[in-house]
Amino acid sequence: MGKRVAICAVAQTKYESNKWQQRMQGLVWEVVKDVKEQVGLGFGPREIESSVTCSDDLFDARTISDNAITDVVGAHFQGEEKVAADGSQAVYYAVSQILSGHHDVVLLAGHCKESQGASRNQVTHLAFDPFFTRPIGLDYLAAAGLQARAYMAASGVTDEQLADVVVRSRQWAAKNPLANAQDAVTREDVMASPMVADPIREGHVYPVSDGAIAMILASEERAQELCDNPVWITGLGNCYDTFYLGERELEGNFSLSKAAERAYKMAGVTDPKAELDVVEIADQYAYQQAQVAEGLGLCGAGEGGAWLEAGGPDAQNVNRSGGMLAGNPLLMGGLARVAECVLQLQGEAGDRQVAGAKRAVAQGSTGPAGQLQTVVVLEN
Amino acid sequence: MAHDNKYAYTIEGKMALPYQYFAGATSSKFIVALRDEKKILAVQGKQSGLTYVPPRQVCDRTFEHLEDNWVEVKDTGVVTNFTVIRYEEPYQPMKPPFVIALIKLDGADTPIAHLVSCDDVGDVAIGMRVKAVFAEEAVNTILEIQHFVAE
Repeated sequence: MGKRVAICAVAQTKYESNKWQQRMQGLVWEVVKDVKEQVGLGFGPREIESSVTCSDDLFDARTISDNAITDVVGAHFQGEEKVAADGSQAVYYAVSQILSGHHDVVLLAGHCKESQGASRNQVTHLAFDPFFTRPIGLDYLAAAGLQARAYMAASGVTDEQLADVVVRSRQWAAKNPLANAQDAVTREDVMASPMVADPIREGHVYPVSDGAIAMILASEERAQELCDNPVWITGLGNCYDTFYLGERELEGNFSLSKAAERAYKMAGVTDPKAELDVVEIADQYAYQQAQVAEGLGLCGAGEGGAWLEAGGPDAQNVNRSGGMLAGNPLLMGGLARVAECVLQLQGEAGDRQVAGAKRAVAQGSTGPAGQLQTVVVLEN
Repeated sequence: MAHDNKYAYTIEGKMALPYQYFAGATSSKFIVALRDEKKILAVQGKQSGLTYVPPRQVCDRTFEHLEDNWVEVKDTGVVTNFTVIRYEEPYQPMKPPFVIALIKLDGADTPIAHLVSCDDVGDVAIGMRVKAVFAEEAVNTILEIQHFVAE
């Protein structure tokens, strides 16, 4: 990247399974107010000049979902753009606004309440086309079931290992005051949980969650004025895979490998196994932690099972936040990963702090079975 | 959870929009052949060498046009992947537990996602040979094949 962009402030709500007492507007204002106070800015010229929001029409059950929150993101009388995909894509968009020279200070605000719809599956079902895939009853969970079977066979990942991924997620989530699923579970508990979309068990699925995240991004000049500990976005990459599940190598990482390659090239990462201090993976389902680890180059393709067995997640500081398995809503899954990387690089990660962390990578995905992948490299 | 209406009045809503989805010329030809002739059509890429089901106008790998290069594939094939759906949702075409599989039809290169009907979901396995059962009444979607059964 020619110029540098920093994240100067981050705020997240507590993630919970049903934040019935807060409207989405209230959720967003809670975090927007927080980041505004952190940097001491209002809305307007030389203040926060533009907003990027992240939300989904179906989760909010109203089209143009961002028009419900324009007031709380300062969008009255100035620009606002919405990203209806994982929030890691919204980071990409905010960075573009700054690198393009249009703005120096951008507010990013994302929200999702999975609890208000009759079920999360009914929302994700509508991501499928009405002629070929929706009629057979596909939704993200069903697509993940297909991917899990393909991936586990290709990489030798076992039911025991997936249970251990969940056990470890809960152990770290207990140290993350914002995490949703913090109750300890045992390997036996997870393995005794019923199958929902074989080989995915109920215990392998991220809990239905509500939450919101805000960030302040700024150009290098402004970042130095706004905070003492800017975290620099040094690499970004994304890539879409094809739509039909039968045409993808579900066990592989076609889109993630390309996204990671682009982000690493920009950041100058040549050996991800050795050069990343913190790794945050949006593991909606337990198997994805190992699959994404392969795609990010933490281990070789097909080595996810061996990587889990050898304690790869601990060795490479993967998901000390508890990961998405500990409960972030869709859209916020990748953005919460970016937020955790910022906290780690600012030394603000409390009991889960990786000492001396210098460089972190966050991954997010959008669509069924990780169709769109986004990778963000951050440094302090 | 009991909602305290001091903080959260709620109303029960429902998003519903009657909508006419267009299949387009290529998909329409496929669905009409399925419905009226019980034939499964595919398009072939000359450059990619791949036979695609469902069909599409343009190959997303080579960008070559495919819509004039039709072939017929068999109504039999092999299960290349599957999952057993054990949760219930109103949009599901079968009562759980049921099987959603990827099925590579004989003559096609791209597996298609579809249903496998069986007495016991435990009987379904990768490599299993299956055959299409066509719907008795027109539905104008991929459910013109109602489901697959063991061959």
